[in-house]
Amino acid sequence: MITLEKRPQPSKLWTAITPVLAVIATMIAGGFMFAILGKDPFEAIRTIFWDPLFNEQFAAFSRPQLLVKAAPLILIAIGLSVGFRAGVWNIGAEGQYIIGAICGAAVGLAFYPTESFFIFPLMVIAGALGGLAWAMIPGILKVKFHTNEILVSLLLVYVAEFILASMALGTLRNPEGNGFPGSRNLKEYPSAFNAELLPGSGAHWGVVAAIVAVIFAYVLFSKHMMGFHIRLAGQAPKAARFGGVEPARLILFCLGVSGMLAGMAGLFEVSGPAGQISIDFNVGYGFTAIIVAFLGRLNPFGILLAGLLMALTYIGGELASFMLGVPTAAIQAFQGMLLFFLLAVDVLTNYRIRFGKRGIA
Amino acid sequence: MVAATPILLAALGELVVEKSGVLNLGVEGMMITGAICGFAIAVETGSPVLGFIAAAIGGALLSLIFGILTQYLLSNQVATGLALTLFGLGLSSLIGQGYVGIRPPAVEKLNLGPLSDIPFFGPVLFNHDLMVYLTLALCVAIWAVLKYSRAGLILRAVGENHDAAHALGYKVIHVRLLAISFGGACAGLGGAYLSLIRVPQWTEGMTAGAGWIALAIVVFASWRPLRVLLGAYLFGGVTVLQLNLQAAGFSIPVEYLSMSPYLITIAVLVIMSAPRKGKKGRASLAAPACLGRAFHASQ
Repeated sequence: MITLEKRPQPSKLWTAITPVLAVIATMIAGGFMFAILGKDPFEAIRTIFWDPLFNEQFAAFSRPQLLVKAAPLILIAIGLSVGFRAGVWNIGAEGQYIIGAICGAAVGLAFYPTESFFIFPLMVIAGALGGLAWAMIPGILKVKFHTNEILVSLLLVYVAEFILASMALGTLRNPEGNGFPGSRNLKEYPSAFNAELLPGSGAHWGVVAAIVAVIFAYVLFSKHMMGFHIRLAGQAPKAARFGGVEPARLILFCLGVSGMLAGMAGLFEVSGPAGQISIDFNVGYGFTAIIVAFLGRLNPFGILLAGLLMALTYIGGELASFMLGVPTAAIQAFQGMLLFFLLAVDVLTNYRIRFGKRGIA
Repeated sequence: MVAATPILLAALGELVVEKSGVLNLGVEGMMITGAICGFAIAVETGSPVLGFIAAAIGGALLSLIFGILTQYLLSNQVATGLALTLFGLGLSSLIGQGYVGIRPPAVEKLNLGPLSDIPFFGPVLFNHDLMVYLTLALCVAIWAVLKYSRAGLILRAVGENHDAAHALGYKVIHVRLLAISFGGACAGLGGAYLSLIRVPQWTEGMTAGAGWIALAIVVFASWRPLRVLLGAYLFGGVTVLQLNLQAAGFSIPVEYLSMSPYLITIAVLVIMSAPRKGKKGRASLAAPACLGRAFHASQ
């Protein structure tokens, strides 16, 4: 008989090991999935996790892609981790990401075709404010009306997607685009283009912002009173209230930070790799970032690593679908599986497994 | 009524799950998995009935992943539910690859003879397929079981106070697993109703938030089955209305009409959760006391 015994404190050792364990378990289960699809599992796993980095033929192209894909994931996940630690569940990062991209791009396009150095910073600010405003909707509803922030933030994703469609087809449509949906391409507008900072590295301003966000989150959690309040509210809500933590301020702060970061991520994406507002420029980073946040144990540096790993599965997935004909949907299922395994092995950090008969209490 | 049925099914399943004290946010994932399982089996076998059965099984199996993770491995219910949704969306589009653009076998409408010929009420009430009426029956059955039967009492006891239920000798985890798989089966049926009857076609991500709306309707209904019925039909009415407005070519852009169901759901959530003078909101009073809390016998 196997029984679980609660640990007095979460084990530090297991906190570090479990993500690795989960990744390995996912690789094994993913291998089975690929085998069922009729692909060689070892080759598929190698194509996803190894080839993008070390294969001579592809690495030159895919290594810079790693940073391009990891930056938005890390930015959003850092924001989410702030909320998740406090027990504030912002699931609508995808919506904040879209709105941030729209607001930022709209500001940029408003200046077209003037060239100036302050346009891009303005766009970044607009993107952040857009994401912030979108995240404030569930925040304020939660504070004023005790509405469940999970449902509201999620439903707002669908609303944001419709706004995006209406923008791409209407307000922001490229006047010289011959009636095709989508805005002007920001890549052809130097002041608004989020260019690579070092040629061939893939590092655009979003990467810089992601690194800054990681450091900011680290300082917040380890040195700042607000970070302590956040952790306190998450682990012991009652103690937090007696300790003088205002729940309303905390909720708004958590949602605000994650909304701002998601909005910025959206702007960096739309002004750089995506290039324009189109009906479906968003690819679900807002949802994948949830996995990244958990995989990184809600720890800033953990999220940095997790973001890179998740970006690898995106690139490797593309490569695998191109080389082996593995459907791209398989990668999505693969990522979902990772989160399952992660949550499953989590039991080891909080509980000790005892073998043998249960004693009489 | 056709627009409301999938949401009603999913919401009823989730109601039972939440009554047992478990918050499963994976409704969307289970719905879409049910949609594709039902669709695939119905196309392969040519029988919609088998399709619906397969959808229920598919949804229940997926929900059991959630059940094992949250009940035996004590994982966080919110996170696990989200994982279920993400995984379900991926899995369904994986299975659904070969099925895009195919028409499923048609489902016969139930022939109620002269009843369907009554003007107005005939087409509205008596001109549907069997699933609509089965769903209505299910709704009443759930209400009766929860209110009058011993099984319903045990389920509610587990949801309100799992420690007391455990002390009385009820198997908390077993009850919850049963409730979770029932919820999964219902969500699967709801999804299959979308892909087999309502649309009827398979497209990726076709549930488009219906699962989340079902979750919201459970809150709206203050965890009461008959109010779930009301909520789902109100919502179905709004959906049909905005579709008709789109078709009628009103001057409001299509995108704004399409987002209206989501906005209305949010508005309803706000109204239901808003605190009254000096009292807690209606929603938080009616919620099962142990909702979302993990149960471990040692605690």
